[in-house]
Amino acid sequence: MNPLPSVDDLLPSMVQEINILLADRPIRGALALVGIHTGGVWVAQRLQSMLNLSGHLGRLDISFYRDDFTRVGMNPEVKPSYLPFRIDNRVLILVDDVLHTGRTIRAALNELFDYGRPARVILVALVERSGRELPIQADVTGLRLMLDPEEHVKLIGPNPLSLVVQKAKVR
Amino acid sequence: MTELPLRSANLQIDAKGHLRHLLSIEGLNRAILTEILDTAESFSSVPAQSVKKVPLLRGKTVANLFFEASTRTRATFELAAKRLSADVLTINVPTSSAVKGESLLDTLRNLEAMHIDLFVVRHAESGAAHFIASQVSPHVSVINGGDGRHAHPTQALLDMFTIRRHKRNFSNLCVAIVGDVMHSRVARSQIHALNLLGVGEIRVVAPRTLLPSHIKELGVRVFTQLAEGLRDVDVVMMLRLQKERMESAMLPSGLEFFQVYGLTPEKLALAKPDAIVMHPGPINRGVEMSSEVADGLQSVILQQVTHGIAVRMAIMSLCLGSRAVPSEM
Repeated sequence: MNPLPSVDDLLPSMVQEINILLADRPIRGALALVGIHTGGVWVAQRLQSMLNLSGHLGRLDISFYRDDFTRVGMNPEVKPSYLPFRIDNRVLILVDDVLHTGRTIRAALNELFDYGRPARVILVALVERSGRELPIQADVTGLRLMLDPEEHVKLIGPNPLSLVVQKAKVR
Repeated sequence: MTELPLRSANLQIDAKGHLRHLLSIEGLNRAILTEILDTAESFSSVPAQSVKKVPLLRGKTVANLFFEASTRTRATFELAAKRLSADVLTINVPTSSAVKGESLLDTLRNLEAMHIDLFVVRHAESGAAHFIASQVSPHVSVINGGDGRHAHPTQALLDMFTIRRHKRNFSNLCVAIVGDVMHSRVARSQIHALNLLGVGEIRVVAPRTLLPSHIKELGVRVFTQLAEGLRDVDVVMMLRLQKERMESAMLPSGLEFFQVYGLTPEKLALAKPDAIVMHPGPINRGVEMSSEVADGLQSVILQQVTHGIAVRMAIMSLCLGSRAVPSEM
């Protein structure tokens, strides 16, 4: 397999695409970035400074909204969600490291809507890989990967950020 | 009064080391206590949501079985279950007569037939929650909401959570537990929890008549003078004085108790300047402490109530999460 590109090389084009998307439709109300724990928060932090956005970054831990609690139980590393702004009527840029089945994003959207009613949610994923199980797609993606079901792409961080593909453990 | 059997504390932990039931702090370990406190920390952001609940226990049914009167504990268990999206049934069983094991089992079998996933049990007899946990089906969890003089583990855990919020590190803390230690299930659970978390020094402060004879075996320093016991402590945990004890011969009147063991601003000044004051509630003002202390800047009593919800959410979801059944991919 070809080596994966460096994360720093992927980010500028993502910033460009986000700016085009935002320019496309006038934004009423404020804009905020929300990263999904843990990799999504790292990517959102990079994007925050590259987009010259002020204000706090939101952090979302979707553990309490997962659809597999009855199969896998509690996530042992759950962190509090932190949204230090009102969600209502705000344009949110929701950031995750890897978009795979789409289940994390489903959970994240449910959690966001328990905080309020955003004007619009834009989905940004550093990597969009094959294997979707829900009708969810990213608005902005840094890298698209076709992977076998037993392969995993993982973001290592926070400093520096790098991508690796691993074979899943045999069950 | 016949004591129900106190079954093995290992009932609480499954083969993989996960929390199955919460019956007492004894039998748990530091890792599980820390997991509960960390999970509770994550649940503490839920009230900031405009929809103050998460869907974690959607479709689960929680039955609060209260054989003994309670307002705060019952309300916070009920709210905790509701904030996890569980369906909640609260049953107050009249406390007229000592409930025998047999009829307790009958109550239990009837409720099990209604497909309850988790029981919260509060009972005047020690061992009631253990007994129920030993009888339920394998997929059902039991949480002890206070049993006799034995244990009140969720109260102790919310107290530990409150201490951790104010004092970063347990190991160099000095904690004083003040009041009716003898009859207090709260004190027993607190001492076990403080020991497990590695608190530097645990003191108990009480008149001799309200100290159990074996208390030193629990690894505490005993003080019978409040002033000595409070000197340089970081945390003051007051216990509730049961009115009925005062009416019996064990204690002088509430006023007399207050004069010797009541917490006043003057006595609190002997503790460290940043010491916090705790109480499991409800407070007898002018008996255990003065209103100046109860409502003062060092009091964290109402925070304890708030934290009780997040801590109980954590315990409920960890118990039911341990029942996860992985399905074939």
